[in-house]
Amino acid sequence: MAIDEISVAKSERRWATAMAGVSAVMLGAILYATLGLHLNPPSNVELIDPATIHVSGEFAEENLGTRLEPTGGIVTRLVTTQFSFSPACVVVPQDTPVTIRVVSPDVIHGIMVVGTNVNTMVIPGYVSRVRTRFTEVGEMLMPCHEFCGLGHSQMIAKVRVVPVSEFKPDADGRAHCAAP
Amino acid sequence: MPRLNRLILAHLWTAFAAFGGALILGLWQMWVRSPFAAPLSSSENYFISVTAHGSAMGYVLTTFFIMGFGYFVAETALKRPVPFPRLAWAGFYAGIVGVALVVGTVVSGRATVLFTFYPPLTASPWFYVGLVLVVVSSWVWCALMLIGMGQWKRENPGKSVPLAMFATTANAVLWLWTTVGVAAEILFVMLPAAFGLTEAVDVGLTRTLFSWTLHAIVYFWLIPAYIAFYTMAPQKAGGRLYSDMMARISFVAFLIYGLPVGLHHLFMDPHPATGFKAVQMVLTVLVAVPTLLTVFTVCASMEIAGRLRGGKGLLGWVGALPWKEPLVLATGLSFFMLWFGGFGGLINMSYGMNAMVHNTSWVTAHFHMIFGGSVVIMYFAIAYEIWPKLTGRAAPCVAHQRVQLWSWAIGMMILSLPWHLLGMFGQWRRVAQFDYSDPTISWWAPWMTASLIGGAILVASGALFIWNLARFHIADRAQRLDAAPMEPMQYAVALHPGSTPAALNGFRLWNILVLVLMTAAYALPIAHSFIVNPPHALVHRVNG
Ligand SMILES: [Cu+2]
Ligand SMILES: [Cu+2]
Repeated sequence: MAIDEISVAKSERRWATAMAGVSAVMLGAILYATLGLHLNPPSNVELIDPATIHVSGEFAEENLGTRLEPTGGIVTRLVTTQFSFSPACVVVPQDTPVTIRVVSPDVIHGIMVVGTNVNTMVIPGYVSRVRTRFTEVGEMLMPCHEFCGLGHSQMIAKVRVVPVSEFKPDADGRAHCAAP
Repeated sequence: MPRLNRLILAHLWTAFAAFGGALILGLWQMWVRSPFAAPLSSSENYFISVTAHGSAMGYVLTTFFIMGFGYFVAETALKRPVPFPRLAWAGFYAGIVGVALVVGTVVSGRATVLFTFYPPLTASPWFYVGLVLVVVSSWVWCALMLIGMGQWKRENPGKSVPLAMFATTANAVLWLWTTVGVAAEILFVMLPAAFGLTEAVDVGLTRTLFSWTLHAIVYFWLIPAYIAFYTMAPQKAGGRLYSDMMARISFVAFLIYGLPVGLHHLFMDPHPATGFKAVQMVLTVLVAVPTLLTVFTVCASMEIAGRLRGGKGLLGWVGALPWKEPLVLATGLSFFMLWFGGFGGLINMSYGMNAMVHNTSWVTAHFHMIFGGSVVIMYFAIAYEIWPKLTGRAAPCVAHQRVQLWSWAIGMMILSLPWHLLGMFGQWRRVAQFDYSDPTISWWAPWMTASLIGGAILVASGALFIWNLARFHIADRAQRLDAAPMEPMQYAVALHPGSTPAALNGFRLWNILVLVLMTAAYALPIAHSFIVNPPHALVHRVNG
């Protein structure tokens, strides 16, 4: 073969340098997104006892769904259980920052809102939290995306995004999905 | 014929029997999910099938194939007997008992937890015991690879371990590290829960432990394909290995970077803090490096072959390659699928973009393309290459082997490209039936039908594969090659065989590096679970 040992080594070094460059560019882009734009996956080390979720407090039945908080923020609270969401439909205003908080009293679930980047696992013992903004008006599917038992396929809820003018919380700040 | 050919054949046939069964289940699952009514369709059957398909493909096909091929390499590359053959057989039978326990519990519906078992869902204890036996069986294999390589080095002081064996042993070392996570999860959490000794588990901790195993296991599956790329394909094409050193560096890179990255599977989990995820995200970028190096070295090795065969010009050597050789054809098809698989992997790893695809069909598509496509097609090609050596018979029909390889690649593309598309638009995972009457998802129906057709092609291709191998055993006695003894297995020779630095002729240094990296990557996330001590979740037994 015409190619000698030194050329082999040289060609390899050139390729390795090029690939190191490619990797560095990718890493740079990702680091820019995380450190510069604060785009991070939904970590939230906030504990909650799965056994007492229903009893009282933030995730008691009457506190679930979307609420305009006294502080002015919009928070949507959900409980995922085998095999349903509570509530099964939530309403949110368009183009407004929304914080979604989800817990599970039983096993692992996962939620996503189809067509958006809302996506998190729901791990019993922790509160999952996603901050987002829904840009388009309409009804979207919010399925459970993690195997949670034999009824997993049937576990689907809905998110109804309405124009800000139609988002009418009650005196308590709560908003419910109107009957369609 | 290798002395251990019965042992090797026992492993490989176990692997391919599991593969055949799992393949049929996969097609049925596609049918259930499609717009067409499937027989026996129910949620229970669907998830039993998913558990069986995943366990058979991910644990049985891979582990038994890797062990069988490893024994083959140990004997043919080192040209000396494998140490302790009785122990190897004992390991094999332990693995078989394990597989029987897993199959029994899964089929009877007592272990419907999928192959990545989601605690606090808890299967029958015998399911976990079965898995432990399979892992223990593979540890026996790891030990024999290490002992074999050590003995050879003592008998051949100063010589470099043949690349195929160096890579096989790298895989054994990788696997010993990899299994620590899942072994800890099963022994300390799942078995006590399954046997009723504990009533609640720390779910976050089990996920962190499993993630330890979850990325590196894929490299364990993939390394045999890379061994074929480096040491078998260039030989078959009539070339030389462009660089033995670069190959060793790639295998070492798999070992050190494949492990401390598992948390990237938990990007969407709440419990690992952002900083833990970020560290492993950075390391994940580095795992692309060995594959990028491999692409170069293997292409350069094939170029040597093409030019030796008279190929001219910039790309003329590609056409000059012996594409009729199944091993060369499979390498080409595998690289083609690697492009798609690699691209998908870059999206998954990209932290922010992961939110778009996490737990969608995109992920299923990605690992079917890269494992079911790029890797398994090389398992086929390796089998075609070594079966004549194992049975002492020439291949009854090479054209059928080519048809099988082509149909596998085409089927895999038709199966997984629609999944990539649907996943990008948010088709969520692990669902038995979709409601196609819902207007937002009704457009999925034709794409799901296309995937179903891809699945049918894969089943046909898999059946042809089994038949191609079975024919070696039922071939006419006259076809035996006693008259002209079978040539011993030849591995590719390096273009410039030089001396290997000691560091690249063993694993001591790399084990230390793995220890450092794994401590950096996992000590805090694991300790964190004990420090914050989250409330535990009640065990949910599914052993109905
Ligand atoms: Cu679910
Ligand atoms: Cu991974």
